[in-house]
Amino acid sequence: MSKTAVTMTVNGQPVEELVEPRLLLIHFLREKLGLTGPHVGCETSHCGACTVDINGRSVKSCTMFAVQAEGAGITTVEGMAEADGTLSAIQEGFMQEHGLQCGYCTPGMIMRAHRLLQENPNPSDEEIRWGLSGNLCRCTGYQNIVKAVRYAADKLNAPKEAAE
Amino acid sequence: MADAKQMTLEEREATLGGIGSARKRKEDIRFIQGKGNYVDDVMLPGTVYGDFVRSPHAHARIKSIDTEAAKAVPGVIAVLTAADLKPLGLHWMPTLAGDSQAVLAEEKVHFQNQEVAFVIGADRYAVSDGIQAVEVDYEDLPVLVDPRKALDDDAPVLREDVQDKGNVGQGERRHPNHIFTWETGDKDATDSAFAGAAITVREDITYQRVHPCPLEPSGCVASMDKIKGELTLYGTFQAPHVIRTVVSLISGLPEHKIRVIAPDVGGGFGGKVGAYPGYVCATVGSIVLGRPVKWVESRIDNLSTTAFARDYHMTGELAADADGRIQGLRCYVLADHGAFNAHAQPTKWPAGFFNIVTGSYDIPAAHVAVDGVFTNKAPGGVAYRCSFRVTEAAYLIERLIDVLAQKAGVDKAEIRRRNFIKAEQFPYTSCLGWEYDSGDYHTALDKVLAAVDYQGLRREQEEKRARGELMGIGLCTFTEIVGAGPTRNCDILGIGMFDSCEIRVHPTGSAIARLGTKSQGQGHETTYAQVIATELGIPSEDITVEEGDTDTAPYGLGTYGSRSTPVAAAAAAFAARKIKAKAKKIAAHMLEVAEDDLEWEIDGFKVKGLPEKTAGMKEIAFAAYQSLPEGLEPGLEAVNYYDPPNFTYPFGAYVCVVDIDRFTGEVTVRRFYALDDCGTRINPMVIEGQVHGGLAEAFGIAMGQELAFDEMGNIQGASFMDYFLPTAVETPVWETDHTVTPSPHHPIGAKGVGESPNVGGVPAFSNAVIDAFAHLDVTHMPMPHTAWRVWKQCEALGIGK
Repeated sequence: MSKTAVTMTVNGQPVEELVEPRLLLIHFLREKLGLTGPHVGCETSHCGACTVDINGRSVKSCTMFAVQAEGAGITTVEGMAEADGTLSAIQEGFMQEHGLQCGYCTPGMIMRAHRLLQENPNPSDEEIRWGLSGNLCRCTGYQNIVKAVRYAADKLNAPKEAAE
Repeated sequence: MADAKQMTLEEREATLGGIGSARKRKEDIRFIQGKGNYVDDVMLPGTVYGDFVRSPHAHARIKSIDTEAAKAVPGVIAVLTAADLKPLGLHWMPTLAGDSQAVLAEEKVHFQNQEVAFVIGADRYAVSDGIQAVEVDYEDLPVLVDPRKALDDDAPVLREDVQDKGNVGQGERRHPNHIFTWETGDKDATDSAFAGAAITVREDITYQRVHPCPLEPSGCVASMDKIKGELTLYGTFQAPHVIRTVVSLISGLPEHKIRVIAPDVGGGFGGKVGAYPGYVCATVGSIVLGRPVKWVESRIDNLSTTAFARDYHMTGELAADADGRIQGLRCYVLADHGAFNAHAQPTKWPAGFFNIVTGSYDIPAAHVAVDGVFTNKAPGGVAYRCSFRVTEAAYLIERLIDVLAQKAGVDKAEIRRRNFIKAEQFPYTSCLGWEYDSGDYHTALDKVLAAVDYQGLRREQEEKRARGELMGIGLCTFTEIVGAGPTRNCDILGIGMFDSCEIRVHPTGSAIARLGTKSQGQGHETTYAQVIATELGIPSEDITVEEGDTDTAPYGLGTYGSRSTPVAAAAAAFAARKIKAKAKKIAAHMLEVAEDDLEWEIDGFKVKGLPEKTAGMKEIAFAAYQSLPEGLEPGLEAVNYYDPPNFTYPFGAYVCVVDIDRFTGEVTVRRFYALDDCGTRINPMVIEGQVHGGLAEAFGIAMGQELAFDEMGNIQGASFMDYFLPTAVETPVWETDHTVTPSPHHPIGAKGVGESPNVGGVPAFSNAVIDAFAHLDVTHMPMPHTAWRVWKQCEALGIGK
């Protein structure tokens, strides 16, 4: 099958590759770029394990072709920590609040929670639950994931509140 | 020890991060950064991919398979069929239950989506093209979906391959579709209890077919090194050593030439215990091609072909005196095992530990009979946080006692109190033969009832009923049996169900521990280190825990049935104690005193009466490699293979409160309060997480999950469009609590907790929904309690409009 060139920015790095037009973005990220943080859990965009951030929106990368991401800016869970290794508030929240067990949903959850807090910096518990409802978890029963997002929201809001 | 000497005892204890500490998990740091290493992340140079051509029919004869067009598809490397595997004797494989299972269907297919051919290609897309190009000609056969019709005289014969075999591994057969009959208890005593009873109740109770559905599907990478003759098999294995032995037995490769590696596993819930055709086909592919072959199932494959759970069709009866004190229990079970008898549980137990069905109650007589039958459905049957059919047993008794309460006119909490095994009766031997190690059921229930103001809830329910509103209060006071198990009655393929731990203490005082189990999210890297920390005085932060590599870990039977804490954590404690015994000899030598002059204190030994004379584990570790007493070999390590003297019996008391909209059938869980007693608590944070997760799974099962089939055997629930996985929105808020009744026979008193919330949660939800209709003389409603089904109940009662 003939191949198409794609260029995009992934976790701040420019990327250029030749791909089959039918190559799914999740396989491009995992197998071409070696970014195995995003996972495949269902292939039908229900579970959210493949969630990445594309141009400021949460996207399930199992139902998007790599060629559709031409020119896009993509962040995966691998791009969440600071360059010096400092964890983001949301990553820290998942660890502090025991928001993960097997870890398979975690990269997608973290990416969705990250975007949710951009959209709504101070969500209620119910808003967190609705905001994460496109991401399935089989291990935690969600309660500690909600707490993890709350932890991150509080941490991110603390400097603002101190300034006010 | 210089630092330690300046610390208080409390500070030294805290530094250890041992048993009881809610330390954060060691695993998390890689998972939150996308650096986990799951099977699909294993990318070996030269890897090719494989996947299956699957049957669209539930029961059909294969007339022909044409693979020529598929082989011509660009990127397709090979296509395997039963004809290719037959010369190797690999077209069938033995199951853990004594039957055989088709790896690739030879003459017939027995369930929809059964594996028919295996296409290997350069990438997933080429494989998919190849699968489309394989042509299979089928001839339809009559389909058997309903297990109740399996033993009819005119039922279609499913398994022609074993039609004339009197036994397929688990007992005598009386019909071509019959697998076994398992019977236990005292029939005569039970019959006479019923004959003289003031009250009897009887209910048909089905526990529907469901699926554990971990978020990561099953898969493997098989890599044959043809030069060395060595096979490395990476896979989603809950029991890697058992897989190694099975692969050796099936393939004929010597066991020392096989290395099985279970990397990070993305949830298992019992679905990753057994062996699947994909493992065999990937292995054969790699042996033939000399390249790594990766197979990862899709979600549809997962839900429709690997490791379903339950499908128990039960009839339960209780006999009681006029006060509701149970005198006898009788039950009959029809067990739908699908097309092959391939459930993964201790081999001698065809119905698992279903005879824990007397539950938390002091029942003098019981009789149980179970028939296993074949149907045109996928094989499996033991999975999903179930502790080997304990879920089905707990559901039956916890439903029946509610039915009895309604008939006897006794409150549902009070009837439990009247029938509980009393604290002073432990160790308690049930009439079906189990020796319960410890328990205090009255205390647990009373604590929960007080916490939720049970009397207040019942008053509120009365008021609501008077207004025509539906509110239900569900109780569940379950007892589990976990920690399989004592090798005298538990084995898999003849290998006793012990588990193991090897600990090596390094010269600078840190350590590595390797165990025969395999975490799938339970947090073993965190919690085993806590057990060793307390036993050995080495901070848990300084202990690496490794599992899952059969070349390095000692042989163990794996993680399922809540067995890691009762069995492998005990092995860890005993291995640590062996090291401590040697450390004491070294400490005596260092301090120039007799061993008897020493006593242990948190992280080292001190001389009795001379508190300033101490030897910390750090110093002892160094001495173990350099200055030893005469006659003592260097080094500081030990291994323990632990054969548990008994099972452990965790228990709990749960209350669920629901409100039901009688016009729509929608059920809202207002409150869920779960008290668990798992004995000594190793890490309260991890325990709470396990309980939350198990309750969420129980919620899914009770309220929406079902693998249903139409009359043609087409599976109706094989994707996330159709199979209910609760999201954060539907999932209730959980309140947790605990009591602590240690196990008397476990070295640290711990019992295991992972499966309790699923075992206890399902009856609590179901009892709550049915309790909402109790005043209308409803005694049972079949799960799952979807809005549609609940609304149908309202309609039938004339209250839906």
